[in-house]
Amino acid sequence: MRAYTPKDNVQKKSYYTDRYWIAPQVAKSKVSDDKVFSEDLEAIKKAKIKVLDSYIQVEQMVVYIKPEDIVKTLQLLRDECAYTQLSELSAIDWISQRGGFEVFYQMLSMSKRKRLRIKCFIKQDESIESVSKLFRSADWSEREMYDMFGVKVNNHPFMKRILMPDDWEGHPLLKTYPLQGDEFASWYEVDKIFGKEARDIIGPEIRDSARVDRYDTERFARLGHEVAKGVEFNPDEEKKPLAYQEDDGVFLIEGFDEDKSQIISDRKR
Amino acid sequence: MAQHQVNYMQDGGLPVALTSIDKLVNWGRSNSLWALTYGLACCGIEMMASGASRYDFDRFGTIFRASPRQADIMIVAGTLTKKHAEFIKRLYDQMTEPKWVISMGSCANTGGMFNTYATVQGVDRVIPVDLYLPGCAPRPESLQYAVMLLQKKIRSQKAIKTQKPKRLM
Ligand code: SF4
Repeated sequence: MRAYTPKDNVQKKSYYTDRYWIAPQVAKSKVSDDKVFSEDLEAIKKAKIKVLDSYIQVEQMVVYIKPEDIVKTLQLLRDECAYTQLSELSAIDWISQRGGFEVFYQMLSMSKRKRLRIKCFIKQDESIESVSKLFRSADWSEREMYDMFGVKVNNHPFMKRILMPDDWEGHPLLKTYPLQGDEFASWYEVDKIFGKEARDIIGPEIRDSARVDRYDTERFARLGHEVAKGVEFNPDEEKKPLAYQEDDGVFLIEGFDEDKSQIISDRKR
Repeated sequence: MAQHQVNYMQDGGLPVALTSIDKLVNWGRSNSLWALTYGLACCGIEMMASGASRYDFDRFGTIFRASPRQADIMIVAGTLTKKHAEFIKRLYDQMTEPKWVISMGSCANTGGMFNTYATVQGVDRVIPVDLYLPGCAPRPESLQYAVMLLQKKIRSQKAIKTQKPKRLM
């Protein structure tokens, strides 16, 4: 585990510097400890599906299989073991450590009240077979997996991006993708709407949300100093009092007079 | 005839009020600011609350319209994603002149806490903004105050002038 560092100077120094922090593992137990799960695992093994690894973690069974067996396994679990729901499906980026993705399928059985997870490992340039014919929920999950990680899915009815725009470049959930976007991302809206020539006029993104420039009347206006947008700012200008109407009132509009107002104390009146 | 003479300038004469055309037009414009419903995220909920009966936006003449053709102001309430940026530009272009934009909340002003690849870092990168309203989310009172300030701004403008088309470029 990571050594403890005092956090009382967080204002001075950010402590979120460890980008690849590896979380400590939750304890695993053997599948034979649980009767229901050992029966499910037996059924998988009986169907001649090669099980690479299996254990129970946080009351859920995790089974590693080969990627080519995925459709067969999920069909078996759905039809014979009562795992009727595929609640989640996505990938985990292990490219730098192991050169590929771990794809997981989270299954739920309402009748057995159990959850299990099927996992398989694919190389970076490999693709995986779609399970959307078995589970309708897999349709969008597989599209999301493609969108976020670039994992291609074979025999999918509509293999397109789902969250990012169609003309997006890169896959944002990869560990190598910067959180604040690469160059393409940071200029995306400018390039698309105004064209590349407009980059100089509009300028780069300002990501410092605490930035205030009192002389910049294009982007900033301050109460009591209402100047029109883009007008040259005069620092000696007299400060105007805060008011929502002009001093001499507004034509045909009656201003609010506190003396004429009434405060209702009885709410049920 | 003298006994029937009407003093138009006095009370009880014909109902005449003298004003300049500017003031009259701006009075009309500033008190019927129809807003385009543009709730993009959580700030949109506060914008809806301002429109509902408790805060009652209608008394300002601000009525929400679901069509850009009928709207005078666009209250950008919420997080503008990069995917949506081209549509906000298109809707802004479809609004008829004169038009104004209020950028409501930190997300619309600067991208707010979403300092990420998918969020436009301030709507003013795409459309010109007249008034920035800080807060996350701003309360309905502050949105109404923002509209009042915008009314004040409209009243200080010349009504009859060739409206400079408000393009970023
Ligand atoms: S400024 Fe805050 S309340 Fe408004 S949309 Fe952004 S996160 Fe939501």
